[in-house]
Amino acid sequence: MADSKYVLEVNDLHTSFFTDSGEVKAVNGINFKLEPGKTLGIVGESGSGKSVTAYSIMQILAQTGRITSGEVLYKGEDITKYSEKEMQKFRGSKCSIIFQDPMTSLNPVFTVGYQLEEAIMLHTNKNRAQARERAIELLKLVGVNDPEKRIHQYPHEHSGGMRQRDMIAMALACEPDILIADEPTTALDVTIQAQILELMQKLQKELGMAIIMVTHDLGVIASMCDEIMVMYGGRVCERGTADDIFYAPAHEYTKGLLRSIPRKENMNKKLVPIGGTPINLLNMPAGCAFCPRCDEAMKICLTEVPEEIRVGDTHLASCWMNVKEAFENSKEA
Amino acid sequence: MAKYISKRILLAIVSLWIITLITFFAMNAIPGGPFNKEKATDPAVIQQLEARYNLDKPLGEQYRLYMKNLLHGDWGISTKSGRPIWNDMIEKFSVSAGLGLRAAVIAIIFGIILGAIAALNRNKLPDRLIIFFTTLGTAMPSFVLATLLLLVFCLKLGLFPVFSSENPNYTLPVIALAVYPMAYITRLTKTSMLDALNQDYIRTARAKGVSRTKVIFVHALRNALIPVITYVGPMVAYILTGSMVVENIFTIGGLGSTFVTSISTRDYPTIMAVTIFLAMLMVVANLLTDIVYKLVDPRIKLD
Repeated sequence: MADSKYVLEVNDLHTSFFTDSGEVKAVNGINFKLEPGKTLGIVGESGSGKSVTAYSIMQILAQTGRITSGEVLYKGEDITKYSEKEMQKFRGSKCSIIFQDPMTSLNPVFTVGYQLEEAIMLHTNKNRAQARERAIELLKLVGVNDPEKRIHQYPHEHSGGMRQRDMIAMALACEPDILIADEPTTALDVTIQAQILELMQKLQKELGMAIIMVTHDLGVIASMCDEIMVMYGGRVCERGTADDIFYAPAHEYTKGLLRSIPRKENMNKKLVPIGGTPINLLNMPAGCAFCPRCDEAMKICLTEVPEEIRVGDTHLASCWMNVKEAFENSKEA
Repeated sequence: MAKYISKRILLAIVSLWIITLITFFAMNAIPGGPFNKEKATDPAVIQQLEARYNLDKPLGEQYRLYMKNLLHGDWGISTKSGRPIWNDMIEKFSVSAGLGLRAAVIAIIFGIILGAIAALNRNKLPDRLIIFFTTLGTAMPSFVLATLLLLVFCLKLGLFPVFSSENPNYTLPVIALAVYPMAYITRLTKTSMLDALNQDYIRTARAKGVSRTKVIFVHALRNALIPVITYVGPMVAYILTGSMVVENIFTIGGLGSTFVTSISTRDYPTIMAVTIFLAMLMVVANLLTDIVYKLVDPRIKLD
């Protein structure tokens, strides 16, 4: 088991938040496997559980949050069974994360250098001076100009794009096997977004790490992911390659999502938003989570959670529509 | 920084001058004077006394003379004791400051620790206990607390002497002085700590693999202390100058009780001296607060 082909394997992960108004089931049985050096994209709207999945892997959930069941295997070892001490060693050295908002993700009262050096010294035997050298090296790597000067500055003296570069440098300090990017470009303007994505791809090639890209931006995901996972209501609706998802969507939610963004095909048409509101995670429907908003919903969708069904070589979807189609096809045959 | 400090000192001189002006004329507007007694005094004696303290001159002239002497370092002579004020004032101040400094240190240390404990155990028993007692601490007037302390620990339990001037025991007065600021700092620290703990940079620190203790005491606490510093600066100045109520209840001759006595006896030079001295302390405390602020929070620009 210890020598797994996968750098990360998530099996039937459930995460809940225990609030005053009840248990909020944010993640309801997520499975995925990640090979070294590959990129997995997780897309979904706000509240679909994509960030919570990422935080669950790192076990950096808010105080009320807890993994209620399931496994997270890092190279075959279940890290949900790790003690807090072991997790501290895991975080930052084996698996790092960069966050959505670089403006608030760096501590305002410490210099960028201090924060980078802290990350380095936590997981290596380097002293302060060696850590400083490494920090300058890292800032160079992520394309921060004049790092010798920049390292002495406070976060508020860096621009948004530069702070995200600082964050990436910090995440890469110990050359982790996995980099989780939680909406890394959402808070940045478009030109900087492209630069940051390019940088991440370049670094992935150089360092050979696996990336989990969490985003609600389908454009970001299309260009750089080997596999895409579409999430809704804490479950995976559909997974496949970019071609599968974009050209042959097999889940009503994905189809709706694609109808709602501008593409070459719908250039001159009105965009169609998905009706309704995201589900209330406090009170999950018995059947498919998307059913209340789905135009094609059938009787079974109300009561039974759809299983993942293979619709192509690399393509799986959890939608009863596919079963119906398969059934009709078999009847015709 | 040097430019900022010199600017602040210039401004402080202006405020101090305005304070002398207001105090001087307000004080003289109160009916009665230092030599009005219940028993009639010989008019010749009064005249002689008034001449000695320049009280026979017009008010504007009196002020001019007072300021001239003050600028030459002469704080005047008390109309009550007939002795130079400066030495007496410093002596009383050292008593008050000795008490106040102990109380301030206790308030700051325990306030921050209790606040952090409350924040980390939010809605659990330690938090509820701390919040209950700090609410009590902020709500109870100091004369009630001081009297209760005296009643319970001195009279009922006999743990401390009620008062002895040869061997003064400062424990109870220090407690009486420290409770309110401590309770206030506790609540302030709890709120700002909770706020800091919910910030994104705390999540970043955890994601780096920083231990829980270090996340709390390095990454969160330093940010949480910023609002606390704003309160602590003026609080220290206030507490150092002594509390009239606590000093009176524990019969401690400090600056607080001196100040009140000087007003009731219309001891003009002492009123002026103590007011100016307290204002100077306040100004220095505020300036120090701003400088410490800048050291803790690099985003603040002093100019």
